[in-house]
Amino acid sequence: MRSREDSSLTAPALEFIDVRKSFGPGHPAVDGLSLSVGPGEAVALVGPSGCGKTTALRLANRLLDADAGEVRVFGAAVREQEPVALRRRIGYVIQEGGLFPHWSVEENVETVPRLLDWPPAKRRERARQLLSLVGMPAEEFGPRRPRELSGGQRQRVGVARALAAEPALLLMDEPFGALDPIARRSIQKEFLGWRERLASRSRSAVLIVTHDLSEAFRLADRVAVMQAGRVRQVGTREDLMQRPADAFVREFVSEFEA
Amino acid sequence: MTDLGRFFWERRAEILALAGQHVGLVFVSTLLAVAIGVPVGILLIRRPRLARPVLGFANVVQTIPSLALFGFLIPLPLLGGVGARTAIVALVVYALLPILRNTHAGIASVDPAVVDAAAGLGMSPGQRLRWVELPLALPVVLAGVRIAVVVGIGLATIAAAIGAGGLGVLIYRGVATVDHRLILAGAVPAAVLALAFDAALGLAERRWGPGR
Repeated sequence: MRSREDSSLTAPALEFIDVRKSFGPGHPAVDGLSLSVGPGEAVALVGPSGCGKTTALRLANRLLDADAGEVRVFGAAVREQEPVALRRRIGYVIQEGGLFPHWSVEENVETVPRLLDWPPAKRRERARQLLSLVGMPAEEFGPRRPRELSGGQRQRVGVARALAAEPALLLMDEPFGALDPIARRSIQKEFLGWRERLASRSRSAVLIVTHDLSEAFRLADRVAVMQAGRVRQVGTREDLMQRPADAFVREFVSEFEA
Repeated sequence: MTDLGRFFWERRAEILALAGQHVGLVFVSTLLAVAIGVPVGILLIRRPRLARPVLGFANVVQTIPSLALFGFLIPLPLLGGVGARTAIVALVVYALLPILRNTHAGIASVDPAVVDAAAGLGMSPGQRLRWVELPLALPVVLAGVRIAVVVGIGLATIAAAIGAGGLGVLIYRGVATVDHRLILAGAVPAAVLALAFDAALGLAERRWGPGR
């Protein structure tokens, strides 16, 4: 029992071990992917479209299942876990927020706590906390419908909704991809602040999928460059810029300087 | 015109009773069509390969002339015979297509990003359906019910031909006796009913439509 606790404390938040996934014949979407995200760490997956980064993200919460290899969340193979229960422990943010249009902002944020059967008072309180964290006080925005919000506000609610049940792992798929450059810059900056303000104990590990290298460098501790279903290099901005592992990575990061 | 008014007034009890029967036929058949059409529409979303043949079959059935369908049903055991039951079976057949098609189309038109978010946050397939897909499809489903009801009120006049009652009784009697006042005594209330239900269901559609 004790050793199990220890392993879950030291295990990576998310780990891909030689994972393969293909959709029908032809090139596999993910082909021998290995990557690890430490507890509390933010890792970005970048690469050209079709490189398999979104597929990789969807393997983590079993929206897709791997054909081969293993995906582990805090040391436990996801294959062994019931998908619905697994997903409730993992935050999920998608482009434009994917908010439920028929629910108010508050109801949207309370989604996962409600799925987990939290008492109403507790989930209300939690929703208020998070809405104020993302700069959208519940008094003002709580009762509104998503269509009454700007794109940036919807995205903030999407993040608050994903964080509601204090997931130790957060998956973000092109989270700010639908925003104009200015709104995007400001929400990226705020996102770092939100992570700062969450106590380190409850700071979640993050996997961010993005096609935007500058976003990756801004949000993530480490950046993994993917091509044709596998990771070509993982590292900090400095590593990638100054010591690219191969021609593809050099080419890919060179666009950042330009 | 006042002549016609008096004619209606003198027969108000009969007209009212037949209108009640008429509404009853449409109500029961629509209810049954919803009970069958909505679950089948949902099933077609989960089993997309069935969608084309099933919707195609429902389309073909829809093209059978109604009088012919009533006629076909009479000799059938259990479903058939003369009377209200046979009429209800035929009305269900006609109501099924709009309800089935709109349920299918309504759920299919829900934003895939919203369905993806529902799955990714950990809703079970049943919760996704009850909390997200059906509420968002509701206006389209209701529009199908509305079409079914309005068409059903018209079709139910033919049910009198097989002894199911309803406002068609007056129309048939009027045709047989070449009395246009009797024909109108059946046709005008049927038209009023159709318009009234159309308006009421249109209101419901807007009222319960989710905020998009």
